[in-house]
Amino acid sequence: MKAAPFDYAAPTEVDEALALLDEFAEDAKVLAGGQSLVPLLALRMSRFDQLVDVNRIEALRGIELVGETLVIGAMTRQATIERDEEVRRHAPLLAEATRYIGHFQIRNRGTIGGSIAHADPTAEYPAIALTLGAEVEVASVRGRRRIDAGELLESAYTTTLEPEELLLSVRVPVWGARSGFAVHEIARRTGDFALVGGAAAVTLDEADAVARAHVVLFGVADRAIRLSSLEAAIAGQPVDQLDLAELAREATAELRPPSDVQATGAYRRRVAAPLTERLLRTAFVRARRAGDPTEEAAR
Amino acid sequence: MSKQLISVRINDELFEGEVEPRKTLADFIREDCTLTGTHLACEHGVCGACTILLDGEAVRSCLMFAVQADGASLTTLEGLAPEGGPMTPVQQGFMEHHGLQCGFCTPGFVISAHAFLRDHPDPTEEEIREGLSGNLCRCTGYQGIVRAVQRAAEITREDVTA
Ligand SMILES: Cc1cc2nc3c(=O)[nH]c(=O)nc-3n(C[C@H](O)[C@H](O)[C@H](O)COP(=O)(O)OP(=O)(O)OC[C@H]3O[C@@H](n4cnc5c(N)ncnc54)[C@H](O)[C@@H]3O)c2cc1C
Ligand code: FES
Ligand code: FES
Repeated sequence: MKAAPFDYAAPTEVDEALALLDEFAEDAKVLAGGQSLVPLLALRMSRFDQLVDVNRIEALRGIELVGETLVIGAMTRQATIERDEEVRRHAPLLAEATRYIGHFQIRNRGTIGGSIAHADPTAEYPAIALTLGAEVEVASVRGRRRIDAGELLESAYTTTLEPEELLLSVRVPVWGARSGFAVHEIARRTGDFALVGGAAAVTLDEADAVARAHVVLFGVADRAIRLSSLEAAIAGQPVDQLDLAELAREATAELRPPSDVQATGAYRRRVAAPLTERLLRTAFVRARRAGDPTEEAAR
Repeated sequence: MSKQLISVRINDELFEGEVEPRKTLADFIREDCTLTGTHLACEHGVCGACTILLDGEAVRSCLMFAVQADGASLTTLEGLAPEGGPMTPVQQGFMEHHGLQCGFCTPGFVISAHAFLRDHPDPTEEEIREGLSGNLCRCTGYQGIVRAVQRAAEITREDVTA
């Protein structure tokens, strides 16, 4: 099918885009990589009077380390993030997760801002933003604000962004020494959206106890969720004394994942437990290795 | 919804046209430029039949509007090997190893394989399968396609060392 007619503007400055979004509000839509929006238009699941194509706004692209924060422009392509040295060094989890997104042709167009704004409950980037404690910076003609990933993701395909707001950048905090990360997902084929996926970020103290842990699952609810009870249960505990299998089972027992043609909710809950266990195991191993100076040198 | 004037370089030739903003790049290539080597099947990003190179990178042309390509440089299937000249290693591989049956998916696979081999000159079978996971074929069962790409990598290496 073909998209319904719309007017098209391709501003080169953020302010021009904001003025258009302000003028048309609900009738306007931002066009980023188009890898989610164009199918919706083509299938006529959505229609808008005005598309605001932000692909020509140079200021929305780029990756920069500012103090202890990696600032990634909203229009930075997934393929760029996948290959970027700064991302690998300062947010390795983001680089690793990118390989799970679709296929290389999709990543050549898809953007980090689009992925997060789209808020697909099975998408990788919203979940990684939540895991790393990222914020997004957004703007409208009225000004700018920062929103924590946990506050941004409201429900399936829904964020707390206003229609006239543009996502400018994603601010990813750099996790310090002795931090380790893991991402894993179950999908039917390479490149498919996950049936269930998850990510973990942990920091260990000198005695190998858990100083900080974020554990996130996606595909099990209407948005990516943090397993707060699990995080609390392992906080301060020596890694070697944790019964990870039992903890993961407990943490996932109350989940009520959706059923669809791909998998039943019961299946999703069942695999969520070993997935969670594996995420923590991998993140702990990597955190220890990240703290070992001989390993650092060998890398 | 007024039409917009665009100019796009395709296979080193300049094409100009007046298009409605909602016209996809794929439709512009096929209808306005009459380059029908680019195929369309699903028209919503799933199958990869419409894959082209946009400024050298493989993308789905059904997921872009033609207006977005104003000023860009594209390569379609027709632009890979000059007419009457030798085939590319990918095309040669597809011919030798039955990389196609009905041929509908083939333009997308060939373009994707070109981009993939440029970045992975010596791929394993698993890497090939992963690299081509964004293209669907309803006929071949993929074995012939995987062998075609292995063969293309081999020919390219021979060309380089020869
Ligand atoms: C075959 C296929 C497989 C895929 N597989 C996966 C997968 O496995 N995992 C995955 O996560 N994704 C997958 N995707 C989706 C892909 O990652 C999209 O690129 C992504 O979801 C949206 O990013 P985009 O830049 O393409 O945004 P668009 O499609 O252009 O926009 C998506 C939405 O975000 C809004 N938006 C975009 N940018 C901004 C901004 N700066 N400010 C405010 N709003 C904005 C748009 O208005 C729109 O509502 C797949 C897509 C396809 C076609
Ligand atoms: S026709 Fe473009 S992906 Fe199927
Ligand atoms: S050869 Fe027929 S679809 Fe691939």
